[in-house]
Amino acid sequence: MRLAAPMGLLINRNQHVTFKFEGKQYDGYHGDNIASALLANQQWLMSRSFKYHRPRAPLTMAGHDANTLIQLGGEPNVLADRVAPSQGDIIEGQNYSGSLENDRDSILGYFGRFMPVGFYYRAFFKPYGVWEKWESVIRKKAGLGKLDLNFEPEYYDKVYLFKDVVVVGAGPAGLSAALTAADAGASVQIVDEHPILGGSLSYHRFDLEGKIADQTRSDLVAKVEAHPNIEVTLNATCNAWFADNYLPVIQGKRMYKVRAKECIVASGAFEQHVVFRNNDLPGIVVCSAVSRLMKLYAVKPGRRAVLLTGNDDAYFTALDLYEQGVEVAAIVDMRAQGGAQSVTAAVQNLGIKITLGSTVYEALATKGNKHIRGVDVRAISGQGEVDAQSNLIDCDLLCVSSGFMPSYSLLCQAGGQLSYDDETAAFNLSNLPAHLHIAGSVNGIHSLTAVIRDGERSAVDALQNLGHDVASIEPIECDKQTNFDWPIFKHPKGKDFVDFDEDLQVKDIINATRIGYRDIQLVKRFSTLGMGPSQGRHSALPAARLVAKSTQRTVSQTGVTTARPPYAPEKLAHIAGRIFDPVRRTAMHDRHIEMGAKMMPAGNWQRPAFYGKPEDRDKCIWAESEHVRNKVGVIDVSTLGGIELRGPDAAEFMNRMYTFAFLKQPVGKTRYAVLTNEHGVVVDDGVACRIADDHFYVTATTGGVGGVYSDMLKWNAQWRLDVDIANVTAAFSAINLAGPDSRKVLEKIASDVDLSAEGFPHLAYREGSVAGIPARLLRVGFVGELGYEIHVPTSYGEALWDAVIEAGKEHDIKPFGVETQRLLRLEKGHIIVSQDTDSMSHPGELDLGWAIARKKPFYVGGRSVDIVMARKQTRKLVGFTLPKGSAKPEEGHLVLSGDDISGNITSCEYSPTVDSIVGLAFVSIDQCEVGSKFEVRTDNNVMVNARVVKLPFYDADGKRQEL
Amino acid sequence: MPFSLLKYGLSGDYPFEKHPDLPQPTKLKKHYDVVIIGGGGHGVAIAYYLAKYHGITNVAILEKGYLGGGNTARNTAVIRSNYLTSEGVKFYSESVKMFKKLSNEFDFNIMYSQRGQLTLAHTDAAIRGFRQRAEVNKHFGGRTELIGAKEIKELVPTLNMNPGHLPVLAGLWHMDGATARHDAVAWGYAKGATQRGVELHQLTEVTGINIVNGKVTGVETSKGTVECGSAVQAVAGHSSLLAAKAGFRLPITTYPLQAMVTQPVKPFLDQMVSSSALHCYVQQTGRGEIVFGGGSDPYPLYNTRSTLELKESLLASAIEMFPFMANLRMLRQWAGITDMTADYSPIMGLSPVENYYLDAGWGTWGFKATPICGKTMAELIASGGKVPELIAPFAMDRFDEFRQVNEMGATAASH
Repeated sequence: MRLAAPMGLLINRNQHVTFKFEGKQYDGYHGDNIASALLANQQWLMSRSFKYHRPRAPLTMAGHDANTLIQLGGEPNVLADRVAPSQGDIIEGQNYSGSLENDRDSILGYFGRFMPVGFYYRAFFKPYGVWEKWESVIRKKAGLGKLDLNFEPEYYDKVYLFKDVVVVGAGPAGLSAALTAADAGASVQIVDEHPILGGSLSYHRFDLEGKIADQTRSDLVAKVEAHPNIEVTLNATCNAWFADNYLPVIQGKRMYKVRAKECIVASGAFEQHVVFRNNDLPGIVVCSAVSRLMKLYAVKPGRRAVLLTGNDDAYFTALDLYEQGVEVAAIVDMRAQGGAQSVTAAVQNLGIKITLGSTVYEALATKGNKHIRGVDVRAISGQGEVDAQSNLIDCDLLCVSSGFMPSYSLLCQAGGQLSYDDETAAFNLSNLPAHLHIAGSVNGIHSLTAVIRDGERSAVDALQNLGHDVASIEPIECDKQTNFDWPIFKHPKGKDFVDFDEDLQVKDIINATRIGYRDIQLVKRFSTLGMGPSQGRHSALPAARLVAKSTQRTVSQTGVTTARPPYAPEKLAHIAGRIFDPVRRTAMHDRHIEMGAKMMPAGNWQRPAFYGKPEDRDKCIWAESEHVRNKVGVIDVSTLGGIELRGPDAAEFMNRMYTFAFLKQPVGKTRYAVLTNEHGVVVDDGVACRIADDHFYVTATTGGVGGVYSDMLKWNAQWRLDVDIANVTAAFSAINLAGPDSRKVLEKIASDVDLSAEGFPHLAYREGSVAGIPARLLRVGFVGELGYEIHVPTSYGEALWDAVIEAGKEHDIKPFGVETQRLLRLEKGHIIVSQDTDSMSHPGELDLGWAIARKKPFYVGGRSVDIVMARKQTRKLVGFTLPKGSAKPEEGHLVLSGDDISGNITSCEYSPTVDSIVGLAFVSIDQCEVGSKFEVRTDNNVMVNARVVKLPFYDADGKRQEL
Repeated sequence: MPFSLLKYGLSGDYPFEKHPDLPQPTKLKKHYDVVIIGGGGHGVAIAYYLAKYHGITNVAILEKGYLGGGNTARNTAVIRSNYLTSEGVKFYSESVKMFKKLSNEFDFNIMYSQRGQLTLAHTDAAIRGFRQRAEVNKHFGGRTELIGAKEIKELVPTLNMNPGHLPVLAGLWHMDGATARHDAVAWGYAKGATQRGVELHQLTEVTGINIVNGKVTGVETSKGTVECGSAVQAVAGHSSLLAAKAGFRLPITTYPLQAMVTQPVKPFLDQMVSSSALHCYVQQTGRGEIVFGGGSDPYPLYNTRSTLELKESLLASAIEMFPFMANLRMLRQWAGITDMTADYSPIMGLSPVENYYLDAGWGTWGFKATPICGKTMAELIASGGKVPELIAPFAMDRFDEFRQVNEMGATAASH
């Protein structure tokens, strides 16, 4: 049964939606949310509470409480009073054992006395060891909904927006602010979490006749919708405030990331409940919830209602209820003096009884606490105290309002301070950052004309910031009192809930303070107050009042709680959006796949490990290495970092960054470039080519180039040298052509470069064309053979690869992978920075003293390197061998010296060329002598004795690379 | 139902009231033997061990805000000892052992929960580092293994084995890895310390350090001057600022570190799982919430504001690791302020000021060291400056002497 139009502003009665809740089919209308459709069918029970498994039903009908959390298919913790049902949805309750209707765990409610606040800190751990058993039992009871572990992420995305003014909240204050700003020419976006504009104008009654809200709403909405400068974003939540008005606005499956020059928060206020025994029963709602139910969804909320209030708003709600055929049994007004004369007279004229200076002391329940069946009303005799005489009134609906708390979340996230006046029970928000404004009831302004004027005032403030010449509006005064100062009535039998999410009762809060948790933050942490899904929207105020009273302070002294983002729980999918996981492929990637490469990740890059089947790994690597040693091989080294330095100070800059001397490096020569950090630790290496007096091209490791580049920028921000620095890693593709036949291969395609040993010697740099491609050529010997690194613009990368493979055919050229390269360089004793170094390795430990220019005045880390190399060394990186067939140490295995750890293996491979196991290891200084032996513990505690040998393992004179 | 609850339930209105956890506030005295600056986990632990093992109870803990309200309240409560260096492993292993017994020692349940910690390796470089950490751990008796992809799949069946195109190649499985109710650790220590006569002064800010002839004589506070025989600073996030008041500089740079938590759901994840490459760490609390942590913010700052950028990247990584979490809802985001040292190890011991001791530089890893740090610092203070062997490697002068205890690789996103 629904109420007749014009009730039901949101629903379309011609469009039905059917869905299942707890196995039973329900019929709703398009425009309903799940909760309104259920309530229209008298289904109040929607959830079970966290601790005592009490039946719970909607409190706010605005998605502001946790009582409506349901399981929607595989999605847990969905707000039934926020989300619309779709045809055929399968919806269940949460957190019960058996069924929602008959929850076996509801027995926990009777054991409340055995579970006082913080009980879990007192029990379950004696004797030692028993906690492990209790823990799993307790853990199973925790948590609300169940996550579908097979859920596949769906498409979510993000959009950037830039606006002059963003208005959060489309109530009367927000709409008037938006119109004022837009009229002056500002671009405005209105964000509201509801499906229509108007905020409280769409459901709240502002006058006795019940006309002004509709008139005002249609007037404002018409102007807003027609305004070319206003963009309206509904069903959307501005879910946080980040520095400089950076606002994440969540709508549908999208997150708008909005930068607003000015932001006006007109987010309204949360109506507050009253604390008394059984105040959580289904059928007890805040007044605005019944207004929303009737006006928006045409749902008749009950047959016989009682209203419990501390302000005049409930009188208007009584009129609404009466007009819609709900019997109003009584208005129980906590204020001794009652409300304004006009509203009092209006309800009295309808025969509605008003009881002043009284409260509901206890709500009476039907069997199993399923619904309210009546109230026990008593006269208030003091703060939180009542008379003994009780007056029972039957009802199936209780509407409560103890006042309003500003929706302060965004403002406090921005650094705003929420203060409370203990006299008037009113709030004030201050200390807001520039360009953030506040209007309407969140600003403590409640009467409609004042609210609209306050919206205009906030817009004028924003416009002035934007440079518009508009006249200021004085701060708006509003003397309408809405908050009752002590709506808390402790009951000796408890179940007088302060926090519904966590089932916290009055005594829980008081008791926490009595055993020493006096600070509001400690109370919160000890009792879990406000930590539930509704984030303390309804519990913060009564808890602050209770803590203040119990510790003989004022609320302004205790403070309320802090606000942290987000405003409302937000799906991970919204924040993550379209997840961007870039994979980097070199220009030659497809060729590697065609040639059967086994690829491996190297940072974001994909590189060939070797060419062949994974199960033939060792054989493939050995064959590739033998090929490079005897014939010619080619490896894709495009991932190698490349940094370009140009400018008059390029050489000076190089000289300060790297350990070697670069001022006098001749053009056309390369130099080994070692980078140390300020601790004197080796952090990267590469080859520096001097292309011109004012032009260097320096390589860096694949994994290190990002850090090297940002370090360079950081240093030059201080040095201010005249040099341009660019990370050109992706701009160049490169190969290393290596092996005794490499010159012959290159000669076929590099016509304009003299490749003779004299014309292009070891460590030289040349430019020329290779197969018609402009190329940078470096003669370097990382793998220890005659070899050329060829760097070309990336667009030519694949062409270069093809040309080299084609030219190499007659010399039996074969590609080789990263793992083979590692073996080849190991045989030469060349280190890989980060593999053979760690975060303590200084150049002395690595025998890199030769790569340090000691005479230059400065380089990064130089001071540390000098100090540390002058000290007694404690360890050293050495080469070692083990006989073929010995247990092979793995990289990371420990070197031992007696019972102590003295070092670790950094590289270790079987070398077919040397025909033994070769490796590099850190050992203590007394283990480093060539010819001595040290112990290594390998897998399964197998100990091996490695012999220290002189590096390199292969071609000691370096003749092969200098051919 | 445990007997204790039955007893409590039948024994009147609120059973714990006769034995409050924390005493009522008192006035500051003129003189204390020891002043502890900072009422976080470390500060109260030092007080507890001073009273318990050394009979020193004329002690004041001075806390600017509320008990355990700094990084003790903000950390993600990881307890582990799978570090890289011998010094680190020895130190943190001792802490893990102490943690296990704290509930019974305090008569206050800290809900110590040994879940095991799994760190994922996506590259062969990570595997090398993990193998070394496993070996060092085993050498000192810890339970840590390098395990393969197949074992990981069995251990955490819900894990995506190819998150963000980064295949899970291996993992460092640290069976001793655990978590605990972080607040309860501070409360338990405070309870034990105050019951032995130590005074806890909250809302009492130290505004100056009084030094005469290079020796600390007292502190200035928002509630007046206090004299002391010795003082220790345990103010994570503000160590450099306080040291400056004592007239010296610390080798510390301070960065915010953010974390976030979801709504509670029924338990599905026992282990603490982190990915070295995705800089993401995931754990389900006893309440059923999922906690996410990641890397520090990129720039130094003394501010606990949250940022959208970090949330976006961290939650994207979380979804990569556990795709079904896309449907989960984030409830809260917060930040702590971390004092980072260059070697990712703490600074404990003597300072340039006589009788003024340092408990600083705890970066993102302070919580797990609370018991052992408290115990050894108490020993140091009680002995009048004799540095216990276990913390000697963490002296401040190690940075001058190039004796860093480098745990950079063993810290990263695992904290």
